[in-house]
Amino acid sequence: MSLTKEDIQHIATLGRLECSAEEQEQFTKQLSSILEYVTQLKEVDTSGVSYRYQVDGLENVRNADEVAVCDPSTHANILHAFPDRVVDLLKVKGIFEG
Amino acid sequence: MALNMQTVREAHEGLTKKEFSCNELVQECFDQIDRVDETIHAFLAYTREQAFARATAVDEKIAKGHTIGHLEGVPLAIKDNILISGVQATAGSKILGNYIASYNATVIEKLEKEGAIFLGKTNLDEFAMGSSTENSAYGPTKNPWDTSRVPGGSSGGSAAAVAADECIASLGSDTGGSIRQPAALCGITGLKPTYGMVSRYGLIALASSFDQIGPFGKTVEDVAIVFDAIKGVDPHDSSSGRASSDPVLAHLRRGVKGMKIGIPKEYFIEGIDADILKCVEDAIQEFQRLGAEIVPVSLPHTKYALATYYVIMPAEASANLARFDGMRYGHTAQDTRNLIETYVKSRSEGFGAETKRRIMLGTYVLAAGYYDAYYKQAQKVRMLMTRDFNEAFLHVDCILTPTSPSAPFIFGERTHDPLQMYLADVFTVSANIAGIPGMSVPCGFVTRGEKELPVGMQLLGKHFDEVTILAAGHAYQQATDWHTRKPTIVCL
Repeated sequence: MSLTKEDIQHIATLGRLECSAEEQEQFTKQLSSILEYVTQLKEVDTSGVSYRYQVDGLENVRNADEVAVCDPSTHANILHAFPDRVVDLLKVKGIFEG
Repeated sequence: MALNMQTVREAHEGLTKKEFSCNELVQECFDQIDRVDETIHAFLAYTREQAFARATAVDEKIAKGHTIGHLEGVPLAIKDNILISGVQATAGSKILGNYIASYNATVIEKLEKEGAIFLGKTNLDEFAMGSSTENSAYGPTKNPWDTSRVPGGSSGGSAAAVAADECIASLGSDTGGSIRQPAALCGITGLKPTYGMVSRYGLIALASSFDQIGPFGKTVEDVAIVFDAIKGVDPHDSSSGRASSDPVLAHLRRGVKGMKIGIPKEYFIEGIDADILKCVEDAIQEFQRLGAEIVPVSLPHTKYALATYYVIMPAEASANLARFDGMRYGHTAQDTRNLIETYVKSRSEGFGAETKRRIMLGTYVLAAGYYDAYYKQAQKVRMLMTRDFNEAFLHVDCILTPTSPSAPFIFGERTHDPLQMYLADVFTVSANIAGIPGMSVPCGFVTRGEKELPVGMQLLGKHFDEVTILAAGHAYQQATDWHTRKPTIVCL
């Protein structure tokens, strides 16, 4: 399995990352060799094997849909972490702007 | 013996008998930190003030004649991807360089309730991605046994802090071996509990179906004490729904007489360091002497473990790390023109190379057209591997393997080849894939260039049956003294 620089560029865009020319070169080589390694999974016969996304044996754990009060210190800490804000509101760049 | 060199058990007994105060105990840990951590670099942050404040409270309680719990007043170190409210939590990443945790992880709430004392936050590979701490944005941790070598990872800081006696015990997290491998490389004991035994609430997620928090200690008994304190059902983590709250400590002394220990041939293969193999074989003989029955078993899909792991883990990681977008906390890129540029620049500036690699790998295997070939196939192989273990555990009580195929490596030896680095996890990832508990226990030393380097063996147990591997490890430590040896940096 060999990736091209264009593949790397495309994956980076999907992952919201940008790569320098040097990184692009490095990642092309490294990800190709990792993909080549994991391709050995194809030789395993998995016909008839059903699967899940976890192994804890639990299914559809539901919590009551209740409004919980956030304690004041957690509330203050969360606000404090905002990179930019107006009073208690998080300020971000416009969603629909070019 | 200096107070910081004690085990949890010894510290507890000393405090109870008033042989020393909790303030003295905390002071001696910080003295050791001041002496060695400039070299070792196990810690990323210290919480001195809070530690001494809590020590004073414990001393007052003891002075009043109140009884104290096993962990009350015991100084611990916490991996820097576990949240302590009001304290930094960088996860070893630049993107969280300015982040102060806004709430306590459940394990922290539980340890605080027990009266444990936190000395600080320990170093790790960025977002727990790595096997050497070389991926930390804040510089690597050194192995206390030989500072030219890695301590293992990703929880290398927590392991080195215990090995260098900078604390009594510590917490790490294990996604593919990140507790067991550094425990082996630093010559201490480390437990990855069953998936779902310990709440992950407040652990910065790497791969959510693999991640588990667990303890490092100087003995199996200490690991059992901390494990008892942190496990149990937590409404904040639905996967903890089947966790037991029965203390394991009471069952530690059941011994190994008649215990059936499985030896999987797939873990004793070419490529393992011959000296390590010898140590593990000696340990098997020791168990036999102690009355255990050694049974050959087979785990036929073992050779696919690493490939399975390196498809599912990056897939989950790429989804989990999508939350780091520069919007609500962490690093935000400046002077950007629009929202998408803020995302891209914040992430690209904040993440290191290994994190970027795994996000891209995960994005690729989940992409339309590749999903079935990689991700779905890996999930199916995961089922087959889980079946292998279930089948083996019909015949044996636990399984014994080497923890790491090699001794601690030299800094820089594997950083240019990610695949070489991934091979460090070859014996540990299976436990995360199947969700079973695993523990590394010191079982000998190898000599490399005049330096003695520790070797660990891995004990694997059935789902929710930590008791069996803890009892086996405890019996082994009663009969051997590998776990009591100290690196020279501690004694200088």
